[in-house]
Amino acid sequence: MKALKIFEEAYEKEVIEKNFSRREALTRGLGLGLKTALAAVPFGLLDALENKAQAAPSTPDIIKILNYALTLEYLEDTFYKQGLATPGLIAAGDMNIFMQISKHETAHVALLITTITALGGTPAAPPTFDFTAGGKFPDVFTSYQRFMGLSAAFEDLGVRAYKGQMLNLAGAKEVLYAALNIHSVEARHAAEVRRLRGSKGWINFAEADGLPGFIYDGEENVVQLGIDVTKVTTVSYGAVTQAFDEPLSMPPVMQVVGPFIQ
Amino acid sequence: MTLAGGSLILGLTACRKEGQPGSGGVTDVGSADIGILNLAYALEQIGAAFYIKANAAYYNNAPLSEKRVLFDIMHHEMAHRDFLKALLGSNAIRELQFDFSFVDFTSRDSVLKTGKLLEDTDVTFYNGIAPFLQSTDHLKIPTKIVSVEARHSAALRDLLYPKSAEFAGDDIVDPLTGLEFSFTPNSTANGQSIVATINTFLLTKISALQLP
Repeated sequence: MKALKIFEEAYEKEVIEKNFSRREALTRGLGLGLKTALAAVPFGLLDALENKAQAAPSTPDIIKILNYALTLEYLEDTFYKQGLATPGLIAAGDMNIFMQISKHETAHVALLITTITALGGTPAAPPTFDFTAGGKFPDVFTSYQRFMGLSAAFEDLGVRAYKGQMLNLAGAKEVLYAALNIHSVEARHAAEVRRLRGSKGWINFAEADGLPGFIYDGEENVVQLGIDVTKVTTVSYGAVTQAFDEPLSMPPVMQVVGPFIQ
Repeated sequence: MTLAGGSLILGLTACRKEGQPGSGGVTDVGSADIGILNLAYALEQIGAAFYIKANAAYYNNAPLSEKRVLFDIMHHEMAHRDFLKALLGSNAIRELQFDFSFVDFTSRDSVLKTGKLLEDTDVTFYNGIAPFLQSTDHLKIPTKIVSVEARHSAALRDLLYPKSAEFAGDDIVDPLTGLEFSFTPNSTANGQSIVATINTFLLTKISALQLP
């Protein structure tokens, strides 16, 4: 909590120094971390640009999306904490990697709770997780390979889940900005864990690489905004599937997550 | 027919032809969504050109595993570039000319660090500008591309600093919030602006005077 206080003071200082034009709007309801991140973004200008403003999602809808994100972050945060607390599970040479990932997931949980609360919502309570998924993965905390496999699945799923909510957040600029800046961090995690598992870091077609296949359903898409990208480039079909990550909506994401919640 | 669909979306916001070289030879990317997409197009042009050179003759003693990473990234950047050019159609800025004179393509360190800079710039650009897009259709583009750029950055950082926290280092991800540090194109809050960084790679300079 001390960190948050230091953080707040730093933010206030920055705001005063820069005479940040949207201070009131930002302090109206957003979390401390978010406010600091947003201090670099001139949202006043953004309003000036908007002659066809997006219909902003309602606050209850934003809270619903943030609680959904929070549930996914609880899943990841709990998973890494348990993994890191299990002696001999994670290879000694990889500890720096998983500690960094865990640090971010813990920060995401805190940021989402603060933001939901500031918006007047009630943060979802952390579920009780069963990372064996009802006995399907009994070796999740004894086999490093299994642990890394589930890690890659959760990270890739997180990327798709956040991506799947971006359009629903259009018009709620501050929250959209936060979602984007969590989303790319999940992608960094996903790439790193994929590399630990021996792949290059990106998703080829909808290849599941030993993970539940439906996590990657739709990743093979090559049509973007009505343009078949394979028709306008010389690169291979496979490379085009790698070049664009695809969103996933709430129901299929929860279908994946469901078995891990008791 | 699919191409016409893409152009139609842009047509909603296009009010004049953008991206022509202005006086002094500087190309302005234009305003609003077209300006943003043109700036993305500029970045993807640079990325593609850089990796094409890096793949034409690999750095000294490059192992196959590293060549494969550079090879894939080159194709992703080419796909982004070609997609954006098709989407922008007649609103696209011209094809740019590049300056990679400061890159030593025989040096692993020079190539990977330049790649890292480009990928990190891509991520901060897409994250920072996406909320400014007026069209929700256009918003799909940065969200689908930015995670791939983040994957690239993580991979190059992993090659440079294996087994460390650098793939999502504290220099690019705020350790307190877990948020990537992102900025708008002309912001100097992080030192050099994104536009200025882009121009270090260009002989034909660009500006983004109508963007934040």
